[in-house]
Amino acid sequence: MSEGTRICGIGHSVKRKEDDRFIRGRGRYVEDVNLPRMLHMALLRSPLAHARINAIDASAAQAHPGVVAVVTGKDLEAHKLAWMPTLSGDTQAVLATDKVRFQGQEVAAVIAEDPYVARDALELIAVDYDPLPAVVDPFQALAPEAPLIRDEKEGQADNCCYRWQAGDKEATDRAFAAAEVVVKLKTHYPRCHPAPLETCGCVADVDPATGKATIYMTSQAPHAHRTLFALVAGLPEHNIQIISPDVGGGFGNKVPIYPGYVVATAASLLLGRPVKWIESRTENLISTGFARDYHMEGELALDRDGTMRAVRVKLTSDNGAFFADAQPTKFKAGLFHIVTGSYDLKAAHVEATGAYTNKAPGGVAYRCSFRVTEASFLIERLVQNAAYELGMDPAELRRKNFIRADQFPYRSATGFVYDSGDYHRALDLALDKVGYAALREEQERLRREGGDKLLGIGIASFTEVVGAGPAKDYDIAGLKMFDSAELRVHPTGKAILKIGVQTQGQGHETTFAQIVAGELGIPPEDVLVQHGDTDNTPYGLGTYASRSTPTAGAATAVVARKLRDKGRKIAAHLLEAAEEDLEWHEDRFRVKGVPEKSVTIQDVAFAAYTNPPEGLEAGLEGVHYYDPPNMTYPFGSYVVAVEVDRGTGEWKVRRMVAVDDCGVRINPMIVEGQIHGGLTEGYGIAAMELITFDEDGNCIGSSFMDYLLPTAWETPKFETYATVTPSPHHPIGAKGVGESATVGSPAAYVNAVIDALAHLGVRNIDMPVTSAKVWEALQRAGV
Amino acid sequence: MYPPPFDYQAPDSLEEALAILAEHGYEAKALAGGQSLIPLLKLRFAAPAVLVDLGRIPGLDGVEAADGELRIGALARHNQLAASPLVAERCPAASAAAPQIADPLVRNLGTLGGSLAHADPAGDWGSVMIACGAQLVLASAGGRRTVPATEFFRGVFDTALEPTELLTEVRIPSPRGPAGGTYLKLERKVGDFATVGVAVSLELDGAGRIARAGIGLTAVGPQNLRAAAAEEALAGAEPTAEAFAEAGRLAAGGCEPASDVRGSAEYKRHVVEVYVRRGLARALEIARRS
Ligand SMILES: Cc1cc2nc3c(=O)[nH]c(=O)nc-3n(C[C@H](O)[C@H](O)[C@H](O)COP(=O)(O)OP(=O)(O)OC[C@H]3O[C@@H](n4cnc5c(N)ncnc54)[C@H](O)[C@@H]3O)c2cc1C
Repeated sequence: MSEGTRICGIGHSVKRKEDDRFIRGRGRYVEDVNLPRMLHMALLRSPLAHARINAIDASAAQAHPGVVAVVTGKDLEAHKLAWMPTLSGDTQAVLATDKVRFQGQEVAAVIAEDPYVARDALELIAVDYDPLPAVVDPFQALAPEAPLIRDEKEGQADNCCYRWQAGDKEATDRAFAAAEVVVKLKTHYPRCHPAPLETCGCVADVDPATGKATIYMTSQAPHAHRTLFALVAGLPEHNIQIISPDVGGGFGNKVPIYPGYVVATAASLLLGRPVKWIESRTENLISTGFARDYHMEGELALDRDGTMRAVRVKLTSDNGAFFADAQPTKFKAGLFHIVTGSYDLKAAHVEATGAYTNKAPGGVAYRCSFRVTEASFLIERLVQNAAYELGMDPAELRRKNFIRADQFPYRSATGFVYDSGDYHRALDLALDKVGYAALREEQERLRREGGDKLLGIGIASFTEVVGAGPAKDYDIAGLKMFDSAELRVHPTGKAILKIGVQTQGQGHETTFAQIVAGELGIPPEDVLVQHGDTDNTPYGLGTYASRSTPTAGAATAVVARKLRDKGRKIAAHLLEAAEEDLEWHEDRFRVKGVPEKSVTIQDVAFAAYTNPPEGLEAGLEGVHYYDPPNMTYPFGSYVVAVEVDRGTGEWKVRRMVAVDDCGVRINPMIVEGQIHGGLTEGYGIAAMELITFDEDGNCIGSSFMDYLLPTAWETPKFETYATVTPSPHHPIGAKGVGESATVGSPAAYVNAVIDALAHLGVRNIDMPVTSAKVWEALQRAGV
Repeated sequence: MYPPPFDYQAPDSLEEALAILAEHGYEAKALAGGQSLIPLLKLRFAAPAVLVDLGRIPGLDGVEAADGELRIGALARHNQLAASPLVAERCPAASAAAPQIADPLVRNLGTLGGSLAHADPAGDWGSVMIACGAQLVLASAGGRRTVPATEFFRGVFDTALEPTELLTEVRIPSPRGPAGGTYLKLERKVGDFATVGVAVSLELDGAGRIARAGIGLTAVGPQNLRAAAAEEALAGAEPTAEAFAEAGRLAAGGCEPASDVRGSAEYKRHVVEVYVRRGLARALEIARRS
């Protein structure tokens, strides 16, 4: 075994350190936190989507045995807590005072001695509602005669929450005017939900003696949440400790601050006892951050030979009752303007309108870098339809228009600077592995035979933009999107790494230890990674949008290098050699030309505390705040083959070949795990997941019987491959990978189903592509 | 889960259980596998004062063949039936349906009797019982009665059961000639209730003609439906592709699906047509092999 494998730094499929406790059922989640004298809170939610509140009578609930307090919006108003800011600069009701604006909105809270009593008492609260017409369609919401949803908002005369554009309108319009071929696609990326298996919740513990607020919270961004708590509640920030323990999946759902957290904290403050609030599954699905819900009209301009010229998009975003997208302040439609994807397009323009509707707020980046998912879906669907229009092979059309490897760094039409890529290589590998030519032949044969079975082949060659982000462009609620790492090596050579990001299953406890191992030669098992406790970790913006490796991962590499630089001084002292005469090798400093004269990092660490050179500060620790110079641009090509039953419209994935390139892979096994998870979620979105509403604004999709998540049974088998094109600006050449597969795969699945029916003239089926919709498309095609 | 408060009783005998039901009437609810009742309690859609757990009553989960019938106790679990060679031999439609119900976890607990008593129009067992001409045995403190499956279902979540009665057994007549059957289910994912389900049972006579055809339909009406017109058209007919196609059309014409997130009424009708045709063809294959 070489030294390198002993140390297991970058590139090793080290088993996940965290899995031991998870597999044994010894994870510690918020629900596992039980404090002495703890009370339980339950929330009363609106059954109506839009109604005026005339009165709330909580007297019977208040008198119910075991109930300690009932809190309404009026009570919060007295403390200026009835409303709170959202991450997108809007305001959101904590507990409704004037109106309810979506079904499931928080109206009152019961705090009781046990969770059963709290729920029993909810049934005793009488709310007198005056129903108002519900606006559930964003286009109707934007129509002039629509009822005003945000009537409490000064200067808000309609249901428009933003208008935004990106790109060069004139250049794009010119390209379209001159285009030989224009392909159009109107599609809805439906409202879906991250649906983490652990719902949201908290235990708020405000100590009446010290005033210190300790809040255990399901949070993907504990530091940012602490700052927002300080600003919203007016509590001194140093007296707030947010602890996000093990998190059972986040996927963007645990980025926003929810009313439950605020009410539980206020209740603990007022009652002087800890208060626990844990959402039910239904509460999570109907009230917390949904994702997508973009109505998109895309157009692609091409020459007849297939050269792509320009893309133009009009989008209408359904934001629900409060504009609560979690995304950088500057970009109202997130990073949607990366809509040119993997193609060398000379012009692009995006026009976005956000609408308020009587639906739950959200618009979180569900395993997605701020709307890149919708963008990637749209361009990949457009390209396939363009291929049909031109009579070209969809793979060939992509190859013809890909940004070439020698064009990087590449500035896109909407101003992104792609760091590195080799799109041809990834697609060619995927086509080769899937056996593209043979599949095309079989497809032809089945069509000729005219039986019930049809075959379709779908491709998606996506480019992502992750790692937000450079401070000059990226902030959330004013907080710049750098991230941090603090590394301390103890005398015996064991280390603690504290990071500003917070894992929810990504395996940071392993991969970040591997970064330290790679830079400093301390084996991963000797590096304890800590996160999620604001008192104990350096400030950071948290984990979402595939940003941890690009930001905190980079910070970790840089801080480890700082320690190595200091270690060199100590090693020189120990080896009685000049610093310049030393070379670093895996885990030790060696005298150049005399490799047996060496000291290990452990020797150096010991000396840092026991025998530091004169004039050098003792200890071996440091901190680094990393402001990334650019985003990272992972990419890949996915090829899916599906079989469609013409009789019933059912479809089944036969092959799914995924080639991903996320630059240097820290732990290939974990990368693969991320891809498998994302391909599964992408499949769920393409095939079955949907939060929808009836005309009165009642949420359909409020339990896992209606909001369908794929199980192991229907999840396709995935064949995963990788190419490696390092990021030139990241310290270890890595790019984010947590979301590539959720971003890239939905279009591949949908393209495959459309491809099976393309010869019949079918060009679009909106997601989720259910068997019913496939059959309807066949009907419309006259089959 | 946080259900409303309730009283819990776990009798050791059927007599005791029936006595408790007689005492509490509408206020009591039997608890079998809990796979429909517990979710209702969790959502606070049901608030019975007393739960009568049937789990400790011995002898209610048997599967046996006697007197030309297959007898299945009400407490037999879905998984038990999926794995039973006797069920596979005597009632292939039930054998095909069982592993398509819900998911493995639910199948480990959910019972045949609970499913029939619950009478969800999207429940799978009801269609199988209708297709196979099953008789349902209902017991109360006052005695027993037998009701044919075709008369048991009265509407959405509504059956011939009185609140003081328990379903104890189903009796499925064993075919005399070559026979086959199957269950086809369109579901959006494992664990989902049917968008459309079709149970088919086919018995041939000595001449290879259809002696009896039973067809039950799931999720296309207020209750599990019998495709009576299709059954009648098939009785005595040659088992041809044309006859099966016609049966499909008749079944589709006779059902009453509603449009919802699973699909339009038109779509569901179409699937009934396709599934009846495919189901009969499959049943014939099995019959000819038997
Ligand atoms: C996730 C999930 C998915 C499911 N999917 C399907 C599916 O695809 N197809 C399907 O058919 N079913 C499905 N079900 C329902 C499942 O099959 C249940 O097992 C069944 O409906 C009820 O049986 P049980 O034994 O659990 O009854 P319980 O839940 O215990 O009882 C149901 C009702 O029947 C009454 N009852 C029970 N036993 C008797 C008896 N012997 N006599 C009189 N009354 C009685 C109870 O009082 C109650 O009202 C699903 C359930 C779940 C949770």
